[in-house]
Amino acid sequence: MIQLPQPDAAVLARRGAIVEALRAALPGAVIDDPAETRAYECDALSAYRCAPLAVVLPRSTEEVARLLRLCHDLRVPVVPRGAGTSLAGGSMPTQDAVVIGLSRMTEVLEIAPEDRLIRVQAGRTNLSVSGAVDGLGFFYAPDPSSQLACAIGGNIAMNSGGAHCLKYGVTTNNLLGARVVLMDGSVVDLGGPMGEGPGLDLLGVICGSEGQLGIVTEATLRILPKPAGARPALIGFDAAETAGACVAAIIRAGIIPVAIEFMDAPCIKATEEFSGAGYPDCQALLIVEVEGTPPEIDEQLALIRDIAMTFDPVAFRESRSADESARIWKGRKSAFGAMGSMGDYICLDGTIPVTALPTVLSGIGDLSRQYGLAVSNVFHAGDGNMHPLIIYDANTPGDLDRAEALGADILRLCVQVGGCLTGEHGVGIEKRDLMAEQFAPADLEAQMLVKDAFDPHWLLNAAKVFPLDVSAPRRDRRLNRPADAA
Amino acid sequence: MRPETEAQLAQIIRDATGPLSITGGATRLWPGEGQAARLDMTALTGVTLYEPEALTLVVRAGTPLEEVRQTLAAEGQMLGFEPMGAPGSTIGGVAATNASGPRRVQAGAARDAMLGLRFVDGQGQVISNGGRVMKNVTGYDLVKLLAGSRGTLGTLTQISLRTAPIPPATVTLALPDLDAASSIPALTTALGGPFDVSGAAWLPGHGALIRLEGLAASVKARAADLTARLQSFGTVRDGDPEAWLLCCPNTHDPDRDTWRIICRPSEAPALLTHLPAPHSLDWGGALIHVALPQGQTPDLPAFSGHARRITSAPAILPAPDPLTARLERDLRDRFDPRGLFGSPA
Ligand SMILES: Cc1cc2nc3c(=O)[nH]c(=O)nc-3n(C[C@H](O)[C@H](O)[C@H](O)COP(=O)(O)OP(=O)(O)OC[C@H]3O[C@@H](n4cnc5c(N)ncnc54)[C@H](O)[C@@H]3O)c2cc1C
Repeated sequence: MIQLPQPDAAVLARRGAIVEALRAALPGAVIDDPAETRAYECDALSAYRCAPLAVVLPRSTEEVARLLRLCHDLRVPVVPRGAGTSLAGGSMPTQDAVVIGLSRMTEVLEIAPEDRLIRVQAGRTNLSVSGAVDGLGFFYAPDPSSQLACAIGGNIAMNSGGAHCLKYGVTTNNLLGARVVLMDGSVVDLGGPMGEGPGLDLLGVICGSEGQLGIVTEATLRILPKPAGARPALIGFDAAETAGACVAAIIRAGIIPVAIEFMDAPCIKATEEFSGAGYPDCQALLIVEVEGTPPEIDEQLALIRDIAMTFDPVAFRESRSADESARIWKGRKSAFGAMGSMGDYICLDGTIPVTALPTVLSGIGDLSRQYGLAVSNVFHAGDGNMHPLIIYDANTPGDLDRAEALGADILRLCVQVGGCLTGEHGVGIEKRDLMAEQFAPADLEAQMLVKDAFDPHWLLNAAKVFPLDVSAPRRDRRLNRPADAA
Repeated sequence: MRPETEAQLAQIIRDATGPLSITGGATRLWPGEGQAARLDMTALTGVTLYEPEALTLVVRAGTPLEEVRQTLAAEGQMLGFEPMGAPGSTIGGVAATNASGPRRVQAGAARDAMLGLRFVDGQGQVISNGGRVMKNVTGYDLVKLLAGSRGTLGTLTQISLRTAPIPPATVTLALPDLDAASSIPALTTALGGPFDVSGAAWLPGHGALIRLEGLAASVKARAADLTARLQSFGTVRDGDPEAWLLCCPNTHDPDRDTWRIICRPSEAPALLTHLPAPHSLDWGGALIHVALPQGQTPDLPAFSGHARRITSAPAILPAPDPLTARLERDLRDRFDPRGLFGSPA
């Protein structure tokens, strides 16, 4: 089970006074009624919950600055929150923390199609950023599956990515600037017209820092012209390894599709039962989507077909219409829902070099048998970001623990083959204690030096990312009390 | 000093008692850099891993850029960010300066292709960050922080890079009659439509230049569509494909200083009215290079980017804001507590 640090007793003892001070600073924006703070007890990693000290919902950078200055001066921990869709527990509060939620900060501040950028408040949802520029022929490229709900601030904090990152990159590659409030309430603008300021790339390190360096209140995002069109092909194989080899061959041939999605047999079976997408009966399938002008799409799909044929596929279906495209995507889009109907599940998020796909798939099979728990795979194959789903039964005592242990072993395997613990969901509380699998002590120390510079008292979301025993001396320096019994 | 291994480098840094200037080919130094004892990285060379099918290259920092290019070209690949390289340029220098070429409008800068790195900090500790996979959000992204840090936080020893396929076909369209300011709307039109533009520049003697790349039939179709869209701006001709190499300015004129200005493309026309010839534009107008008489500082209206003199004495406009400067100093003090690596000009 994941440990939470001991709450700061001194802060808890001053709870009433702290809430009063927050109210005085921002009347009408503070929630402290336990019935109402319940909605903020957890994020999308709902197995872990904790009621916060209070929740505040500011509307502007200035208000965020006022709140942070106050919390800083009172030495109260703060947890920033976008839409709360983190699957790593990134926005889950601790008992002694004030949650600063950006859900009221959703304005579009500027649209500049001639400079190919949009400036928004950080609480705005990912999909609605694209929505704001859709009529102008543009879109915002990073497309996490949670894009309908998740906020740009959360995307920046987690450096979120989606199915299309093979071609367009992830958040960090599409972020030009950010207005950031530091823990002491000071406001800084980072980045520049090309995402580049005159000095160090501080924007680059804010992106992916999981709400630990500052609160992003505004973001300047690169928007791209919408491609002329897109079309997928579906390829079925009688072995997962063959599908993996086909992915490598496509990329090797110089084709960069916008998405290559992989589904294994258990996942295909579950989605068929759930959505009736009409997928072939096979061991693995790929959905390869290419985009561009009609001749470009034709040219790419013809090449992909030639490559696929050398692997003797059991099915090759190239979409010829919008309707066919929708059917090809239908099963993939319902995959997580479908697998949810198989039981409770833990969704992992490791990344591996695509060349290690066969090794890792068979390794996962072995581990699955060893633990006696089913694992199903659906993932972004083009970039090696895997999402093995571990199916377990929450009502069977010990099953969750076993599932977590299996998950940790699978992530260790990802690291061993040259990959990493998390490709898009982040570390949060979930993978915090596995960090030492990937990083040597000096590597972690270097990362913590950055936090020291931005947040010397370790007040911002401090119980995340770093293993508790590793961060304890710093967190304790702040609290001036003995180490946590972590 | 010219270490041959990462361990030797770490020892040199641990033993150092005074300032060091880390250099690769010393081809990208800014004014004021490279003055201290040289720590020459050119012996730390070699490709440690290349997986073309995963678009991944891992390479030691002192490896010549030219060697990296040849290794990739042999497999039909290239560095997507198209760094310009004078002879002797190393991949470590490319990374430490966040180099990028015309393709930045499409593929980004060095930082965007950098997946991971190893470096030695000011205490002589070897630190690794990122990795070799495209998608990785495990811990803080120090790769971006080190990219472009010009050796002030640590000495890069190894870099993992995302590679890209060499496009089979390329077309360069030129609008030779446009001057720099009036080229902006044409470049903006090209970059704002579904043409997948991989270069948008204006060069003296060439006019506006737009590059399209990809599969042959697609390039042809996009070029035809784009040509039609650009008719209202002037004559569209076939441009010189070699012209892209000129986007990196000549900085060797002893009587003139080169300034590098980054702005929003929409701000470029107003800035250009304050700047003399010769100048050139890249990145759709977001990058202006201008040669000014030595010692002269451009008198620019307020704009959203910055200007830097990249030859002779250091200068930067406007002055960095105090809070950012404080953060940068705090970071340098932590990564390099003995101040061995200096601060950039
Ligand atoms: C069904 C589902 C599918 C998902 N698919 C993907 C996917 O495809 N790709 C992907 O990358 N992720 C995915 N996620 C994870 C999640 O949606 C992303 O991490 C997202 O970016 C979180 O955004 P949020 O606004 O919900 O942030 P929150 O959950 O509110 O917060 C996430 C982290 O960001 C910090 N934070 C939030 N706002 C700010 C701010 N303004 N300033 C500083 N720090 C801040 C928080 O403290 C926390 O550490 C998925 C989640 C779900 C539930």
